[in-house]
Amino acid sequence: MIWQQLQSIASSYPLALRGLGTTVAVSLIGLLAGSLLGFAMGMLRAGGYRLVSSAIGAWVDLIRGTPFLVQIFLVFFILPEFGIELDAFSASVIALSNLAACFICEIVAGGIGAVPRGQVEAALASGLSRWHQMRHVVLPQAMRIILPPLVGQYVLLIKDSSVVSAIGLTDLTRVGWLVVQRVPNGLLVFAIVGVGYFVVCYPLIALARRLESLMSAAHVEVQL
Amino acid sequence: MLGNFSFRVIVETLPDFGYGLLATLWLSAIAFVGALAVGIIACAMKLQRPRLLHAPAVVFVDAIRATPLLAQLYFLYFGLPRLGIVLPERLVGVLALSLNSGAYVAEIIRAGILSIPRGQVEAGISSGMTYAQRMRFVILPQAFRVTIPPLLGQAIVLVKDSALLSLIAVAELTRAGQLLASDRFMPAEAFLTTAACYLVLYYGLKGLAALSMFRLGLQPAR
Repeated sequence: MIWQQLQSIASSYPLALRGLGTTVAVSLIGLLAGSLLGFAMGMLRAGGYRLVSSAIGAWVDLIRGTPFLVQIFLVFFILPEFGIELDAFSASVIALSNLAACFICEIVAGGIGAVPRGQVEAALASGLSRWHQMRHVVLPQAMRIILPPLVGQYVLLIKDSSVVSAIGLTDLTRVGWLVVQRVPNGLLVFAIVGVGYFVVCYPLIALARRLESLMSAAHVEVQL
Repeated sequence: MLGNFSFRVIVETLPDFGYGLLATLWLSAIAFVGALAVGIIACAMKLQRPRLLHAPAVVFVDAIRATPLLAQLYFLYFGLPRLGIVLPERLVGVLALSLNSGAYVAEIIRAGILSIPRGQVEAGISSGMTYAQRMRFVILPQAFRVTIPPLLGQAIVLVKDSALLSLIAVAELTRAGQLLASDRFMPAEAFLTTAACYLVLYYGLKGLAALSMFRLGLQPAR
């Protein structure tokens, strides 16, 4: 019985590979675009312009206050009303990039805010421009604080990408859902789906832990 | 454009959204209590002295944290009947949410307990306290204070995660939006109202978190 089901599941491996590919593609593009956008937003958020900073803060709050599922529905169903026709894949990538950017923005802004004020003043006194202050003085020190939660956030975002199955995109979770209609063994099917995510996410979780202990050790060193 | 955006439909279906809001709140509250129970048990298993139950707790927490909630939800939804356990969708949803958040709660409590300076434990030992007494009178009261803010953060995450229950047809807030979207084909009205309802919950919980941090004498987060 189990053997037959396993064979039946194994026979749908092309579908599973496609699902894995979609999950990886959505996550990768979403994380990449989200990181770029998130760092830019984070620097602006931590920067001196009160209006820009609070506008970004308000947007981040809106995104953090609503479920990702609802955001995907909004992108998928409402953007077409403004004349932007989207397929499920682009809608997913847009929604995930935006979500990633908002969470990363807060992490980056927090890291920049934790760099001692004297460092900025020293950079200013050395005649560095605003961009060079950020690029050569503030960001390298902030990275130490940013990196561990950033990797942890990546894990959360990869897992969030499973929600795109709700608008019919055939990602890893959706493949599980499709296969379980044919092979009535939810425990087995979704255990396999879980393993698929686990092999991607667990190394990242371990990396985040390692970075955290590394960075906190380095921090003590600096303070001495 | 949203030229024919209809506020009339929103007003008409407001009772549905009110019901959905209450259902989301209610399901999340039960799930959060469940998550606290799961978290306390998992954390106790991780920290206990004879390290017998350590491994199962570690496997549980890591397995939950490395897989998406949606996959866990489907695992229970499609898997439990296979074991002869047929539960209503709502219960399956609450169970999945409790187990998922429980793993994060376990880590939060553990971090809180481990944040207590070693000297406190040593002071307890030199006062002749047993392990249980040190936990009860020295460590837990102090750990409690630092775990409240992250626990409230987890509660916010849980409320948002509960939206996924709509995918197994549990009647809650997102489901109310989906029904309006499909019945009258008004996705804009439906999902913007849904989002607004979640924002009400979010700002309410966020205010509560800020208040609790203020009362506990911790730095409020901006």
